[in-house]
Amino acid sequence: MAAGKRKPLVLDFEKPLVDLEDRINRIRQMADENGVDVTEQIQQLEARATQLRQEVYTSLSAVQRLQVARHPRRPSTLDYIQTMTDDWLELHGDRRGGDDMALVGGVARLDGQPVVLMGHQKGRDTKDNVARNFGMASPGGYRKALRLMEHANRFGMPIITFIDTPGAWAGVEAERLGQGEAIAYNLQQMFKFDVPIICTVIGEGGSGGALGIGVGDCLMMFEHSVYTVASPEACASILWRDAGQSGQAAEALKITARDLKQLGILDELLPEPVGGAHSRPLEAANTLKATILKNLQELQALPPDQLRERRYQKFRRIGYFTESGEAPRPAITE
Amino acid sequence: MSLFDWFANRQKVDATAPEPPEREIADGLWTKCEACGVMAYTKDLKANQMVCSNCEHHMRVWSDDRIEQLIDEDTWLPLDTGVAPVDPLGFRDRKAYRDRIKEAQAKSGLVDAVQTGQGEILGEPLVLGVMDFRFMGGSMGSVVGEKLTRAIEHATNQGVAVIILCASGGARMQEGMLSLMQMAKISGALERHRAQGLLYIPVLTHPTTGGVTASFAMLGDLILAEPKAMIGFAGRRVIEQTLREKLPDNFQTAEYLLANGFVDAIVPRTQLKKTLSQLINMHRRPESKVAVGSATGHNGTGSELAGNPSQPFNESLNGSASMP
Repeated sequence: MAAGKRKPLVLDFEKPLVDLEDRINRIRQMADENGVDVTEQIQQLEARATQLRQEVYTSLSAVQRLQVARHPRRPSTLDYIQTMTDDWLELHGDRRGGDDMALVGGVARLDGQPVVLMGHQKGRDTKDNVARNFGMASPGGYRKALRLMEHANRFGMPIITFIDTPGAWAGVEAERLGQGEAIAYNLQQMFKFDVPIICTVIGEGGSGGALGIGVGDCLMMFEHSVYTVASPEACASILWRDAGQSGQAAEALKITARDLKQLGILDELLPEPVGGAHSRPLEAANTLKATILKNLQELQALPPDQLRERRYQKFRRIGYFTESGEAPRPAITE
Repeated sequence: MSLFDWFANRQKVDATAPEPPEREIADGLWTKCEACGVMAYTKDLKANQMVCSNCEHHMRVWSDDRIEQLIDEDTWLPLDTGVAPVDPLGFRDRKAYRDRIKEAQAKSGLVDAVQTGQGEILGEPLVLGVMDFRFMGGSMGSVVGEKLTRAIEHATNQGVAVIILCASGGARMQEGMLSLMQMAKISGALERHRAQGLLYIPVLTHPTTGGVTASFAMLGDLILAEPKAMIGFAGRRVIEQTLREKLPDNFQTAEYLLANGFVDAIVPRTQLKKTLSQLINMHRRPESKVAVGSATGHNGTGSELAGNPSQPFNESLNGSASMP
């Protein structure tokens, strides 16, 4: 491994691909050393590699997508923000005595337009991950997010959120400071804002911790992102009484972008480069930026009351049930 | 009540009951308090709303008991009783969700984990939602979300207060993300109710956890809790496992939340009806019947309210003072 170069992380289902790529490199090296022309052979192998990559990545199971969504090299909130925007300035603090590094936010220009952006931030290495609590925000993080949203609303700037968290932080201090209240209050307040809100699950959408910045006019998700009511591990240990059944739980919970589109929860599925967003992050960022701008244009054409009504109805419709008989609903008289 | 009284009561019952005494014992003539171990005559215990008269332990009660305890006789009108659960994901863990629903329905006699309706509390009109822990741990899926949302919308339209008695393990995993989204749906409905200047009080009972805590349980204008109720976001075991640290004894109790500023008051069950009626009465606006269009809007919410003067506080106070 060359000095300064990070060790590539290989997911188990990527093994055949990596093996093939290794083989191509070996052949190329041998050919160079021996002065043999193997162009045709290499072309064939590369075509096969491309095909294999395509096959692997178009038929990923929920568990495999979960692995991609949690990939340590998957572009993070700050990666996207720094790639997509100009004049970015990170803004800190919940004005209640803290600054949660697991949930970051700030102001920037997106295609010239001032916006407020925020999202969960996982660490880029172990040390960073410890500082950022692996992207698990504390109540202060959600209160900082709300403060920034209120700021956006006051100045008529659209709100862009990025979701990428295993879940809200489950710790003594988080409970003491009202983790439930912090998330709940965000859910309610996000229905009030007059400005467009676009939420994108860029990696892992973990339960209430994800939803805490996830109430918007448009929910987008990258192809290999997941969004789940409970982590498959937690679900398996509760319902199967065996955390080892997390694979089965991941399938059963319907956590992939495609499933959520079908259930009427997801508005926009963002295609990822073959090999996942981490294989070509710039391409992923371009897709994200273009889609945000497209949706922003539509949403900004709506007057605020229509926007809020549309947001309310979007969530109002979600749910499956049957209904028998016409329930009486008389007026309450005194 | 002394033991002699209990004995006397029991003899009286024995003498007049159409059923043989053995049958009554099987039905639970006596109930042992799980906290202090003292036996109580079940009828007396029920009359005391299942609160132990020896140690004040609040035993579990179900949604029917709650409605009976709180709502004035002949004023209860259930809402949306026909809304029933389906299995949208085809979910199966060790058991199929379909079968779990059927079992829970058979066991509890309920359709799903919440009952909603309108009624009166000591003459104060309101919309009430009562969660029922018997039904799959009071978990929140599409039906709970839909029924609570409709109940809140109904209260908004009628200009009355909403009370929700929470008892839930959180979002129902068997409906996946549909359950999570109910948190947002209900919170949205509460935002509209609030924008009309109407009162919402959640009452947190044992246990209130997970997605319910992270949504409507914590969104009250005022938040009440029952003594010793367990209330929290993350499960105690989860926290213990991840942190490997000993948790405070009163961690995630109603008392702990009160001390940390997340609950307004702890109200014993026997005082709940009176307290709720007083609070509703105190927060009533003079013309609460026509609250739609006259309440205070703020921060640009409730555009339909634009142009309406907000209600002066002292005026509403005067109004409520003249209420019965």
